Amino acid sequence: MQDLGISILFKGVNFQRLLLGLWVTLRIALITIGISTALGLLFGLLMMSRSRAARGFCRVWLEIVRFMPQLVLLYLVYFGFARLFGWNLEGETSAILVFSFWGTAEMGDLFRGALTSIPRHQRESAAALGLTKAQINRYILLPQTARRLLPQAINLSTRIIKTTALVKMINVTEVLKVGQQIIGQFYREPSVAFWVYATVFLMYFLICWPISLLAGRLETRWSAG
Amino acid sequence: MMEPILRVKDIHKAFDGSGVLKGVSLDIHEGEVVVIIGPSGCGKSTLLRCINGLERVDQGEIWLRDQLISGLKDMHLVRQKIGMVFQSYDLFPHMKVMDNLLLGPMKALRKPREAVEAEAMEMLRRVGLAEKAQALPRTLSGGQKQRVALVRAMLMHPELLLLDEITAALDPEMVSEVLNVVIDLAEQGMTMAIVTHEMRFAEAVADRVLFMEQGVIAEEGAPASFFREPKTERARQFLQSFTYASTRKKAQETQAADVGLA
Ligand SMILES: Nc1ncnc2c1ncn2[C@@H]1O[C@H](COP(=O)(O)OP(=O)(O)OP(=O)(O)O)[C@@H](O)[C@H]1O
Ligand SMILES: [Mg+2]
Repeated sequence: MQDLGISILFKGVNFQRLLLGLWVTLRIALITIGISTALGLLFGLLMMSRSRAARGFCRVWLEIVRFMPQLVLLYLVYFGFARLFGWNLEGETSAILVFSFWGTAEMGDLFRGALTSIPRHQRESAAALGLTKAQINRYILLPQTARRLLPQAINLSTRIIKTTALVKMINVTEVLKVGQQIIGQFYREPSVAFWVYATVFLMYFLICWPISLLAGRLETRWSAG
Repeated sequence: MMEPILRVKDIHKAFDGSGVLKGVSLDIHEGEVVVIIGPSGCGKSTLLRCINGLERVDQGEIWLRDQLISGLKDMHLVRQKIGMVFQSYDLFPHMKVMDNLLLGPMKALRKPREAVEAEAMEMLRRVGLAEKAQALPRTLSGGQKQRVALVRAMLMHPELLLLDEITAALDPEMVSEVLNVVIDLAEQGMTMAIVTHEMRFAEAVADRVLFMEQGVIAEEGAPASFFREPKTERARQFLQSFTYASTRKKAQETQAADVGLA
């Protein structure tokens, strides 16, 4: 009985459908990570700006992102905004919007944390060597910020990848949704659910595990300052 | 007499309205070693930081030879001529020792790598750290880090070197290995302004001692006379606090030794 379940996975185009679903997941995650990183750098600088208004704005944004469940934000944008403003947002676009809104704030906070964790003396002893501001940024502050930021940014990226599973709730056909469709199609075979979910599990694992290994490796290599 | 290298004229500096330097004047001549001592918070660090432009003076002037450097825009050009080493271990943690040494000469002075590298190796050898050239700073002891920091500053061939309590964060057994390097530099004729709490070192290295108190230079003199018989009551009290501390420490040490024997 159980081999029947697993054979269904490889029947026809089922496995390809799963892979296609996985690609949708990854596409959303990759675009989100790209946008979050770029805007996150700006967000981080804004968090450190002299303007109280800018800092307050960032704080409110970050708080919203932290206490609001992603799913609520997804619903709000996909269903709420669509009705309210008559926007016709695709599920995938809504997802990227919401996740980037979240990722930008989190990435910005990581960036700010990394930059402010560099002791003041680093800047000063570089200045004492007669380096210009630009040289200090390039040779001292940026490399050290990157070293502190990268492991955490990678961890955030795996969290973003994981969270994309939510988009099936707003009708995006990503890997989990495809899996459920296959299970529905072959409902007469009870073990198929196990094999499908196990496969999806494995797919997530195979993507996130090496990434988080890399993060761990970088962290130990670069940690002790 | 020759023109001084550095001329500090009546500088004032306040943080948030409270005065930290209240009219400090000071000349340093070529090859001279000036040691600045005084109680915590009297403005010693602030004075050094003003000299190399890490803090801006509110009032007064600082001249490096014939150049007015206080309030200058291109401070980095001046800092190429005034070296500074701080209390905290301030090597760049993401660079090997050699790269720490090369950064200033190559990027600020635009010297070719080969020339600087040879000189850096030679200086490392002189401070006993030749085999650490390719090590990362985090693998060094505090005393080794400060020796590297001294070499890094010296490779810029500064006209003046400022040292701000460079042994204050070290374990006691590492203090002398660092101070010996400083004494070496003094013997080679390096012009220095040194802030320190190591009184015996101060006496050994100084050509002139400045005693600072509450933002002014309260007393100034040759080390021999200053340490033997300070003119001001405050300086006397300050020096006394050290002898007290050291006799007490000795008492504790003998006590500890007794306990160890028992
Ligand atoms: N950036 C700053 N902002 C505000 N106050 C400062 C700043 N730097 C120094 N101060 C204050 O100025 C005073 C003098 O500080 P400074 O560091 O020059 O003293 P110091 O003589 O070097 O003392 P120590 O022996 O403890 O190093 C202190 O009261 C200190 O709190
Ligand atoms: Mg100080």
